[in-house]
Amino acid sequence: MESPALELDDIQHFLISRPPARTARYEFLTFRQPMAGRKWLSGIVDKVGIATQVGSNEPDSRWVSVAFTWNGLRALAVNEQSLDTFPEEFRQGMAARAEMLGTTGANHPQHWRGGLASPNLHAIVVLFARNVAERERCRVEHEKYLSECAGVEVLSSLDMEAIPPFTYAKEHFGYRDRLSQPVIEGTGDQTTPGSGPPIKAGEFFLGYPDEFDAQPALPQPEVLSRNGSYLAYLRLEEHVGEFRDFLRQHGETREEQELIAAKLMGRWRSGAPLTLAPQKDDPQLGADMQRTNNFDYGTMDPHGYGCPVGSHIRRMNPRDTGENVKRRKMIRRGGTYGPPLPEGAPEDFVERGIAAFVGCASLVRQFEFAMNVWVNDPKFKDLDNERDPFVGTQDGTFDMTIPKRPIRKTIKGLPAFTTVRGGAYFFLPGIRALRYLATLEDRSGC
Amino acid sequence: MATRPLPKEPKSEPKKPQIVEKPRTNDWTKPAAVAIPKEGYFTLEKGRYGPVFPRTPANYGFSVVAKVKPGREQAIRDYGKTIEEAVKGAPHVLAPLQLHYLRWILFDVGSGLHFMYQGIFDTDFDKYIEDAIELFNKTGITTVFTNLEGWPENWRTNVPAVSKFFREHQCPSFLEYGEYPYVSAHEVRKALTLKAAFSNMLDQMQ
Repeated sequence: MESPALELDDIQHFLISRPPARTARYEFLTFRQPMAGRKWLSGIVDKVGIATQVGSNEPDSRWVSVAFTWNGLRALAVNEQSLDTFPEEFRQGMAARAEMLGTTGANHPQHWRGGLASPNLHAIVVLFARNVAERERCRVEHEKYLSECAGVEVLSSLDMEAIPPFTYAKEHFGYRDRLSQPVIEGTGDQTTPGSGPPIKAGEFFLGYPDEFDAQPALPQPEVLSRNGSYLAYLRLEEHVGEFRDFLRQHGETREEQELIAAKLMGRWRSGAPLTLAPQKDDPQLGADMQRTNNFDYGTMDPHGYGCPVGSHIRRMNPRDTGENVKRRKMIRRGGTYGPPLPEGAPEDFVERGIAAFVGCASLVRQFEFAMNVWVNDPKFKDLDNERDPFVGTQDGTFDMTIPKRPIRKTIKGLPAFTTVRGGAYFFLPGIRALRYLATLEDRSGC
Repeated sequence: MATRPLPKEPKSEPKKPQIVEKPRTNDWTKPAAVAIPKEGYFTLEKGRYGPVFPRTPANYGFSVVAKVKPGREQAIRDYGKTIEEAVKGAPHVLAPLQLHYLRWILFDVGSGLHFMYQGIFDTDFDKYIEDAIELFNKTGITTVFTNLEGWPENWRTNVPAVSKFFREHQCPSFLEYGEYPYVSAHEVRKALTLKAAFSNMLDQMQ
C-alpha cells in the first residue's frame, strides 16, 4: 500500500527530528480547573514546534513540545465517550502497569519522584534549548506566563544538560549514545547501512498505514488523535560510582574493565559494536555512522562470542534474530541530567541519569513489549536468569552470561546500575488537536 | 480399621479459594506433577493483555476450545494439510511460537462441532501474541480461527480482541505432569545436537 504523505504541518517536531540543543527542561503540570488548562494551552500552542520547521534553517534557539496524560485530557474536559476510545494501557497510565513492565522493588512507582505516579500529573512541556542561557530565559518566561494562569501548577521539573564533549552524545557511564534510531518513511531521511529500511509512519503517528499496511481504529474524535503519538517517559538514575566499582571488581587492568563494560552494553564506550570489534576498541568505527550499525547477529555472531545475547543493545534491538522487529521500533528522545561524576571521584550520591521518551503508535505493542520481554524477561532468548544489565530491574539475584571460548563467564548477582525515578504515559497531539483541546466547550460546569 | 469423623465445614463462612504452592524447583531429572487452581494460575500476575498463565512441569500451554461455525468442518480439516505443507516448505516457519507440540482436534459431544487447539510451548503467550498474529498473516494458519465462532473480524489490527478470544476459550488444565519437567524445546535441541556430535566423534575415533 502506498503511504499517504506525512502531514508535517500538523505534526509536532518532537519525533521527526532532533534539534541542535545542548540543554532541555521538562515541566510536569497539573490543571486544577479545565478552563485554566485550556487557557494555558491557548497561550502556548503557537510556540509549539511544528515538524515543517525542522531543517528549515530557521534561527530558532528553543523548541517546545506539549503532551498530556489520559488524566490530563480528562482535566481539560474531553468527554468520557471520547476518553473511552483511547487504548487501555494509556488510560491506566504507566504507574498502574508497573508489575507487568517490571518496574518493581526499588523501581516501583511508590518511590518515584516529582509526583509522576500521581493522577494529578496532567501534562508535560518539553523545552529543548540551544544553551543554558536560552533555557533560563524560557523558564522565566513560562513562570511568568503560569502566574497569569491561576489553576495551572508545576508539579515538578527536571533540567537536562548534555555531557562534554559536545561533539557527540554521551551518557553518564561514558557510552556514546544515539547510534541507532529508526528512519520514518516519508521524511526523506536516509538509513545508515545495517539499519534496515525506513519504517512506515503508522508505527509512530496515528492515522497512517503501519507495517501491517493496516490503519488501527483512531481514538475519537479524529481531530484529537490524527497525527498524534504516544510517549513513554522514563527517568533513570545512573549509579556511576557503583558501575565503576563493579568494573574494577571484575577487571584487573583498564583493558579488562573496558571489555566488561563493552560486554554489558554490546558496544565499547566509543560506540564500536562488539560484533565488528570483538577483541579491541575501535573508536573510529564507533564514530562512523556508515559502519557502526552495519552488522547482524544471525550470521556474524550467532552464539554471542562477540556481543553477548543478554547485552543491552542485543536485547533492545535483536536485529535479524528477533521476530517481527519492524513492529517494535520506537523513536527515542531525551538526554542526560545531573552533573557528570569526574573520573576517579568517589560516589557523591547526587542524582544523575537519563530522562528519555520513546515515541510510538502503540504503547502496549512497542514500549510495553520492550520492557516486558526484551528488558525484564529473565528467559529472554533462552537465557536462564538474566535481565537487561542497564535498564532491567536488578536486585542482585540476576546474572550476566558472557559467552567465551573455551568456557563462558557468568557474573552472578549483577548489581543495579540504574534506578527508575519516574515514568508516565503521554499523548503528543498534532497541532490541530492542540487547538481543538484549547477550544473545547466546557462540559464540567466549572 | 479405625475411622474418624470428617471435620465439619463452617456453614457461615464462604469457601476460600484453595492456595496451591507454586513449584519452585526446575530439576529436569525429577519427574514432577502439579495441580493447578481453577482460575488457571497460582497468583494473579498481570501481562500486557491479561493474567499470565503459569509455567508448569509441562511448560506453558493452550487448550483453546471453540465452537465451529456451521459447515466449516472440511475447511478446518483442509488447513491441517496447509500447515503440513507450510512446515515441509519452511521447517522453521512456526519457530516464533516456541512450540514443542501442536494437537488439533475436532469433536462433538452433543453440543455441536468444536475445535480444540492444544499447544505446548515455552513462553506465556501474552509475550509474543503480536508475533503469532504476524505469523498467522504470513502462513494462513489464522484461517482455522476464522472458522470459529467468536473470532474477532478485525483480528489483524485488534490484538486485545484476539487475546480476549484466546483467554475466553482457554480451558486451563487442573493437572500437568512432566517426565523431564521444565525443559524447553531449545534445551532439547541443544542436548540432541550435543549427543549427535559426540556420537559422530566416537564413530570417527574407531
